[in-house]
Amino acid sequence: MLELSGITAGYDPRRPVVRGVSLTIAPGRSVGLLGPSGCGKSTLARVAALLHRPDSGTVVVDGDPVRGARHRATREQRTAFGVVFQQPRLAADPRMRLTDLIAEPLRATGRRAEAAAAVAALAERVGLSGELLRRRPHEVSDGQLQRACLARALVLRPRWLICDEMTAMLDASTTAALVAVVEDYRAGSGAGLLAVGHDRVLLDRWCDETVHWDELRAEKSPSGV
Amino acid sequence: MSPATSGPARSGPATSGPARSAPVPSGPVPPGPVLSVQNLSVRFRMRGGRRIAAVTDASFELGPGECLALIGESGCGKSVLASALLGLLPGNARTDGRALLGDLDLLTAGERTLARTVRGRRIGLVPQSPSAHLTPVRTVRSQLEETVRELTGVRKAGLRAAAEAAAERAAFPATHLDRHPHQLSGGLAQRAATALALVGDAPLLLADEPTTGLDRELVDRTVDELRRHADAGRALLMITHDLAAARRIADRVAVMYAGRIVEISAAPAFFGEPGPRHPYARALLDALPERAFTPIPGVPPELGDLPPGCAFAARCTRASDRCGTLPATADGVACHHPEETSRA
Repeated sequence: MLELSGITAGYDPRRPVVRGVSLTIAPGRSVGLLGPSGCGKSTLARVAALLHRPDSGTVVVDGDPVRGARHRATREQRTAFGVVFQQPRLAADPRMRLTDLIAEPLRATGRRAEAAAAVAALAERVGLSGELLRRRPHEVSDGQLQRACLARALVLRPRWLICDEMTAMLDASTTAALVAVVEDYRAGSGAGLLAVGHDRVLLDRWCDETVHWDELRAEKSPSGV
Repeated sequence: MSPATSGPARSGPATSGPARSAPVPSGPVPPGPVLSVQNLSVRFRMRGGRRIAAVTDASFELGPGECLALIGESGCGKSVLASALLGLLPGNARTDGRALLGDLDLLTAGERTLARTVRGRRIGLVPQSPSAHLTPVRTVRSQLEETVRELTGVRKAGLRAAAEAAAERAAFPATHLDRHPHQLSGGLAQRAATALALVGDAPLLLADEPTTGLDRELVDRTVDELRRHADAGRALLMITHDLAAARRIADRVAVMYAGRIVEISAAPAFFGEPGPRHPYARALLDALPERAFTPIPGVPPELGDLPPGCAFAARCTRASDRCGTLPATADGVACHHPEETSRA
């Protein structure tokens, strides 16, 4: 269970972009969060992914309250999340080959030995061939780089996936392919999903349920609890 | 270089090779196209002698008041085509074919000609990422005034009014003229960039992924505005992977796959009945969440290692032995096994 309650967050304490929002996602469920540009949905996604400390409110992950964001969260909690961002170019270290990019979470958690096998398996899953894996980000297209970023998000086998506009930069076929990879992973692992976006047709098709930002602010907790 | 001409100055024109006299594509030719691209190819020479075939044999024409949407997967060569038209290819690129803007061949024109008479003046570029396109440390007003001064020769006295009029044409609110780019929403930044592109009153507008990252409402508004400028008599080439945006405003659709234009069709027939004729185009539409939402199996071939025949054959359900040879373009489709239903 991923429980966000009474979250107020932003970048200037006097003008929070998210005010008193609550959202609960049951294990294995997928929720699409819909809203216009600039409404604060990405900030909420960052809070949910433990990447941004809310000004107030609580985040509870599978029963354990979160005591800090980023490095202040416990490793066990941090690694429960896989995150995919909107712009793969800004989310990838330009100096790393795609192989290293995908393997980085394993290295960072001291599991370097598993890297080769894990990367090979995931690369095939997301549709990256051997030669592409040796390239650096500037040598591949946005779609190929986002495939690598998705593989990186899955490499630690997270219990929760946060996809913030994962497909906004991508063409229809790559979008369908990446969503299929996410759903395939969720079917095998039982992971929950928060997918943020502004395309209602896509989120309705992808997720168990879709909530609009406006409903979320008004209310009680949505989602398949 | 003024902001409207976009991008950093590159070293020298990247064109070479004799402009081969290409056969003009068959079919009725509208009187005086604004842009006529004939057998355009772009090759990149990489280290180790590798050659990347980014664009191969692209031909199309674009008339005044017409909107052509160029669609395809990321990495298929769409943006390289746009860079070729603007003479903004990097130094390791070689072009072949012709791209006639009036009687000027954009591929062989020198950097001086392109910088002084083409970019901003005869081709307006609506960029992919407006917030990256605008100068971050200057207000929109200052950038508009500079562009107006450079492109139209208006001097001090009339400059302020001319810049405000330019903002007005792209529906950019005068109240926001004194803001810096980071103070603008995505939609307003897009309008600011469009305003800059319109200053030179260019007959050809080139929009390279103008709606990436915008939400649906803003996408609709942005493309509607582009359409309005086409309706005012400009030719509009919109490069996009957003099929909904293309459907909304395009007169014709060109589908690009692995550097080749594999189908050019009228937009209503393409998006409605009878639908696309090339199997790739059909599969691309079927990937939409409102349709089958099934990805095209496999991945596009590497542009540095294209097969000798049809590049889509490896992913195509209709592929046969014939697909080992390159299909000629007939009736706007380059396929050995096009969808027949369309031949009404």
